[in-house]
Amino acid sequence: MESRIDYYPTHEHEGFKFRRGRTLPFGATMVPNGVNFSVFSSAATACTLVLFRKHEPEPMVEIEFPQEFRIGDVYSMIVFDLDYEELEYGFRFDGPWEPAWGHRFDKSKIVGDPYAKVIGGRDVWRAEPDWNDMYGHRSRLAFDDFDWEGDRPLETPSKDLVVYEMHVRGFTASPTSGVSAPGTFAGIREKIPYLKDLGINCIELLPIFEFDEWENSRRHPETGEWLLNYWGYSTLGFFAPKAGFAATGRFGMQVDELKTLIKDLHKAGIEVILDVVFNHTAEGDHRGPTISYRGIDNRTYYMLTPEGYYYNFSGCGNTLNCNHPVVRNMVLDCLRYWASEYHVDGFRFDLASILGRDQNGAPLANPPLLESLAYDPVLSKCKLIAEAWDAGGLYQVGSFPAYGRWAEWNGKYRDCIRKFIKGEMAQVGEMAQRIQGSPDLYYYRGPTASTNFITAHDGFTLWDLYSYNWKHNEANGENNNDGSNDNDSWNAGWEGESTDPETNALRRKLVKNAMCLLMLSRGIPMIVMGDEMGRTQNGNNNAYCHDNELAWLDWTMVDRNTELLQFIKGVIRFRREHPVLRGDRFFEHRDVVGSGRPDIRFHGTQAFWADYSAGSRCLAVELCGEHATPRDDAIYFAMNMHWDGLPFQLPYAGDGRSWKVAINTSMPSPHDIYEKSQAPRLENQGEIIVGPRSIMVLIADRL
Amino acid sequence: MNVVITEVGDVSTIRLDGSIDGKTAPLVREQIAPTLEKASKVILDMTKVNYLSSAGLRLLLLVYREFAAKKGKLVLLNVSPEIQSVMSHTGFLSFFTLAGSDVEAMGAFA
Repeated sequence: MESRIDYYPTHEHEGFKFRRGRTLPFGATMVPNGVNFSVFSSAATACTLVLFRKHEPEPMVEIEFPQEFRIGDVYSMIVFDLDYEELEYGFRFDGPWEPAWGHRFDKSKIVGDPYAKVIGGRDVWRAEPDWNDMYGHRSRLAFDDFDWEGDRPLETPSKDLVVYEMHVRGFTASPTSGVSAPGTFAGIREKIPYLKDLGINCIELLPIFEFDEWENSRRHPETGEWLLNYWGYSTLGFFAPKAGFAATGRFGMQVDELKTLIKDLHKAGIEVILDVVFNHTAEGDHRGPTISYRGIDNRTYYMLTPEGYYYNFSGCGNTLNCNHPVVRNMVLDCLRYWASEYHVDGFRFDLASILGRDQNGAPLANPPLLESLAYDPVLSKCKLIAEAWDAGGLYQVGSFPAYGRWAEWNGKYRDCIRKFIKGEMAQVGEMAQRIQGSPDLYYYRGPTASTNFITAHDGFTLWDLYSYNWKHNEANGENNNDGSNDNDSWNAGWEGESTDPETNALRRKLVKNAMCLLMLSRGIPMIVMGDEMGRTQNGNNNAYCHDNELAWLDWTMVDRNTELLQFIKGVIRFRREHPVLRGDRFFEHRDVVGSGRPDIRFHGTQAFWADYSAGSRCLAVELCGEHATPRDDAIYFAMNMHWDGLPFQLPYAGDGRSWKVAINTSMPSPHDIYEKSQAPRLENQGEIIVGPRSIMVLIADRL
Repeated sequence: MNVVITEVGDVSTIRLDGSIDGKTAPLVREQIAPTLEKASKVILDMTKVNYLSSAGLRLLLLVYREFAAKKGKLVLLNVSPEIQSVMSHTGFLSFFTLAGSDVEAMGAFA
């Protein structure tokens, strides 16, 4: 490299040597003996590179880009002899302050690089920042050499996934986790054996892009407790991992720590999906701080009203202008970076419907960004999962522009299953669709387009779903006005924690019913951290601001809620043992393989007679294992959400075969779930009694 | 950063004193290069290393691998618990042979 004819400084400023840089790639790139800086602004009149020694309050030098260094709208420069590790950088942009025209340049502010690979300033979680820092979120460089030892994204078929949604900090922050580095990537790594034992094969991480936990921080008016931005749905930079989530963040080694976690998860057969937030940034509306995008090219990065204010389709103050070609490329570069540099297996897009809006906010029939992502060569094996709605009223579950690639969080699955389990009327017909992977919504995409979930981080935990009729968000300090009121929850007779054994037994049964349905449905099941052991948030259904025991996983529940945990492990194992539950095509309701039976049949309390009338709360499903690849046992499951026990007439198991009990949620442990070899044969092969609000699953060995 | 090199029999011991970061790493590398050139058994005594930065870790791994490639054996002696935990969290630890005492280090060559 050093023999290149263009590799020498041509300029000098205050002892710093530099020369014209390369326009691409954007961001700061290490080159031999120097760093190449490149940044875009369509409307700036001048740009200055500002360099800091790490943690120093004042810059060590400011170098204005000579006009001949600008090509098109891109300013680039190579600065020589910089210590990569000790460097922090930013920019000052000169340009008009004309909000009505969309311009908000302010040369007095130092702004961060949209392509920063590391961002300094919040290196240690909850460490009180220097509020007077002239440049609070500082762009840094990252070493990108890492020894992956033959690892690459796992490419697990979507149909086989069991997803576990978790918060990096919440998973091990509690002292009860017993890990050496609580609340960090390293902490998750220590818990890999637990995840493997649970049987899940994919974790979905709540936002891990750098954010400011202090954003909108306040003390609770009564308790005085700090309320923070714990969830992190407010991105400072799309390329930088959250330093405060790394045990080594204080040394700036979060990149290596996260990569090490992902490498070891992959070794254990566990994929990693990131929850990514491209709908808005942490800059808020016109009253918010200038951190990066606003001061670099406000009109490009944000959707603006004709008056120059911010459209707010995200509910968070601003809306990223995702279908502007430059912003679209940034999103693409970002996802490619995470897929190739971090070996991330997939992405879940927060409020993804925003990504389908044009620059004025109108929904597009053929959104270029979504299409680009669907056909991208680097992302082609990544899971792309949309939260198919936004805060601007666009609800696209079943109609999200998918290009044969996009899957969705199936909100309708959640709503229907919740209503069915609590015994609401007129749910059976829709249930039949949901169990099959929602062909009514995804007929042309297949069942793996449906991420099935009953709970998510946002809303009640599964235990609270059956302990509370109403949300109890007083701890958020907003007079219980925040959080959803449409929970379809049921408190099982008593609001809140109960000491009554019967109430608790009923709650456990309802939780088991929910987990059963999730694992028996076609599609991609997703469970939430802690639901497998009955985690509670005391009825809080919007714990975004709690960095405390309310939101952290309490690991003592592993021993206290053994029954639930054992059952849920068992039902996950049941799904993974039975390919007939995991097809990636919809059922055809006919005999396709010559087994003498259709691939799926619906029954009611009478065989072959499913009752879809409004008063019915029962449905039974029979799956033909001969239709599965590889061939599988036959499975029959009866769902009785009625408050009384009911007899279900069984279909004939087949010549030489008999029905055995795999699961019965009305029975206490250990008779609630059996390993296959232990499954007891039914005495009466013609009928079963399914207990009140219970599910029974039967298997008949394959021929 | 201070580097002291001693030889006992066919084992060379390199004592590092100070922190290894982006600035000192190239100097360390320069100073230990002649020893690595001729020796085949090397103990890198880390007792007095108080900080290892990202660049420091990378240098160490690079040296270790180059040395291993020419059939040399390098052992890290007395890495402080704090540095060990950083090396563990960042995945570097598993690549190295560590020893907690001279005897253990000599044993690693057997």
